[in-house]
Amino acid sequence: MSIVTNSGIERAPEDSGASVGNDTLLEVRDLKKYFPVKSGGVIRRTVAHVQAVDGVSFTLGKGKSLGLVGESGCGKTTTGRLITRLYDPTSGEINFEGHDIGPLTRRQMMPIRSEIQMIFQDPYSSLNPRHTVGTIVGTPLRVHNMVPEKKTLARVQELLEVVGLNPEHYNRYPSEFSGGQRQRIGIARALALQPKLLVADEPVSALDVSIQAQVVNLLRDVQDEFGIAFLFIAHDLAIVRHFCPEVAVMYLGKIVEIGDRETIYEHPHHPYTQALLSAAPDVKQAAIGGRRERIRLEGDVPSPINPPSGCRFRTRCWMAQEICAKQEPPLLQIGKTHKVACHFAGEMHEAPQRPVTTGLLGVDDQGNPSNGTPVAEIHDQPGYADTWFDLKTQSVTSST
Amino acid sequence: MSIDISERPDGMAAPAHPEDPYLVVESLTVKFPTHDGLVQAVTDLSYTVDRGKTLGIVGESGSGKSVSSMAVLGLHDPKHTRLSGSIRVDGAEVIGASEDRMRKIRGNSVAMIFQDALTALHPFYTIGDQISEGYRIHHRVSKAEAKKRAVEMLDRVGIPQAGRRIDDYPHQFSGGMRQRAMIAMALVNDPQLLIADEPTTALDVTVQAQILDLLQDLQREFNSAVIIITHDLGVVAELADTTMVMYGGRAVEYGATREILTHPEMPYSWGLLGSVPDVTGDADARLIPIPGNPPSLLNPPTGCAFHPRCPHVDKVPGDLCRTTLPDLVPGDRGENHLKRCHLANPGEIYAEEVLPEIAPDLIDPTTGELIPELATVDPDEV
Repeated sequence: MSIVTNSGIERAPEDSGASVGNDTLLEVRDLKKYFPVKSGGVIRRTVAHVQAVDGVSFTLGKGKSLGLVGESGCGKTTTGRLITRLYDPTSGEINFEGHDIGPLTRRQMMPIRSEIQMIFQDPYSSLNPRHTVGTIVGTPLRVHNMVPEKKTLARVQELLEVVGLNPEHYNRYPSEFSGGQRQRIGIARALALQPKLLVADEPVSALDVSIQAQVVNLLRDVQDEFGIAFLFIAHDLAIVRHFCPEVAVMYLGKIVEIGDRETIYEHPHHPYTQALLSAAPDVKQAAIGGRRERIRLEGDVPSPINPPSGCRFRTRCWMAQEICAKQEPPLLQIGKTHKVACHFAGEMHEAPQRPVTTGLLGVDDQGNPSNGTPVAEIHDQPGYADTWFDLKTQSVTSST
Repeated sequence: MSIDISERPDGMAAPAHPEDPYLVVESLTVKFPTHDGLVQAVTDLSYTVDRGKTLGIVGESGSGKSVSSMAVLGLHDPKHTRLSGSIRVDGAEVIGASEDRMRKIRGNSVAMIFQDALTALHPFYTIGDQISEGYRIHHRVSKAEAKKRAVEMLDRVGIPQAGRRIDDYPHQFSGGMRQRAMIAMALVNDPQLLIADEPTTALDVTVQAQILDLLQDLQREFNSAVIIITHDLGVVAELADTTMVMYGGRAVEYGATREILTHPEMPYSWGLLGSVPDVTGDADARLIPIPGNPPSLLNPPTGCAFHPRCPHVDKVPGDLCRTTLPDLVPGDRGENHLKRCHLANPGEIYAEEVLPEIAPDLIDPTTGELIPELATVDPDEV
């Protein structure tokens, strides 16, 4: 186990710096957002914090897409809104093209706003009912002086055509359009500034099934054509799998598993990911008949005001043991592009009997400090390292 | 806790023929006169649900799936609705029944679980009051007994510390718990027929799985008939015995779930199957959406309502799709599978054109044939 402590886990600074290569568009490092909870009465003291996002790190390459999945209240929407700076982060870095946009003022953010755009969930409330489509799509162009005033209309019509709407309809109001068409208007508005990053927050969950596919295909076309990177936030695992080559699973403000699509969907190592996947109803089940065996998660997501100690999933986890309450599992890289935060990480029915993290944390199997030397600190770094902790051999390996 | 089905203090007659379908809907038509014209919400709809069985109704918003099941409970305002056809609950006609009679049925032998639990629960009354209200209306019991029953029901649907949570208000419950409370409310009188209108749409997947498990357990326990209305084909695949696909206010395909989902014969059903990515299968495959938008029910298309969006219209000779409404009749696969489509050889088109696009992993790459264990349906089980 000493090999582990010496190399690999605690990465050298230049190692993580290397991940901010030319291909990286966005690097989020230890991002946190705590919302204050105020008491009643005249003096509204802050009595607690909702830990909506608590130490999230990931990278997103140019023109790539990352899917964020999780249940409501897991912090995926807050993460998206932090990246678009609709919220101010409590701490952490949001490096967009190498610059931390977290502490920027409103004025300083202005030029960057055109590079990061957002598509909202509800196409009924995200469009101003008193503005025509032309005004809605044209406003970003005017605000950012993208095109001369005279050419605004032409550009708006061009955008409407891109998203598959009739360009002649620019002077109609949102109420004249159906849900799917409204979502297209929202997409046209987001595309108006030719952004490099689009944060799509549940872009299709408010739409009918047959319309969802149209919009997902449109987003794909837009990505292929303009090379836009997507942060795709959704609770529908099938849609995320379809859209994103890389997927992060969030639970109570933390990423519990992140990796490439094949690994996450075929070989999930975190019990929560396994539960999510087994809970999703599957059409193909009809051919086999009846309901398949599924993992039954009991209860609801705990309150983020007072999250459980140690592993946040332990209150609903069927594998939880003593160590899970005492030690928080680090987000450990266990494959080339696969990280998981669980003491008993392993595939379904193959979970290890002993916690895999004891050597790294310097604790015994019950989670009490032991004689082993703990690794000073296991900080989760964005991106993936070249070396990782192999679960089978319990040692650090690399791809070569 | 024990809930005895035979003990029905309301004095409702025991069913005459237990093997008859519990619910029979025959040529139900629902129209709403509006300022813009007559909305033909449901047209000529017929189906049956047996005791202990589940019917899944699938369709887009505006396809008439909720309207038809609300008619079963007599929830449409007669002043603004034109109803015709026949709905028989346990042999008794519901259409045209007096409000007093409806009130005896509603929430008692037939109950409904609504989609959005936050708006369906009254914010001013405690959960316990809302659950026991229905019980006290149909049973001569004291408040205390009704409350005891409410606690029992909350416990049954899996709410922890039911005795303490009974005095909570809806806003103190989480989304999943509210949905459970709604189910408890619907089940408080041991209904013989339960209509669940999108019971899990607003919920997360893990909670959705809990609710679906609960519904299935309760159905087994009480042998009730269940109608589950959803747009999620996955939910239907796992829960329903029979499935009805609705489009533009009409049933377009109706049969055993396994049969409908493995051998759909109507292009709209193909479209629905092609629109949903699943958690297995090829991730890079493009989704095949249904082009266009759902039809207006004010002015439904002539002929087959699906023809403006149907990619197979030109395979039907003449202008049949545009001019003539196809009947809901058995197709190539026998009496148990009804479809409303003019296509002469839907089986071949599905196997040759549609399936390779929507589910290439079901096709054997060497022979180009359907992989048998996924494709064949044992006739005994249908």
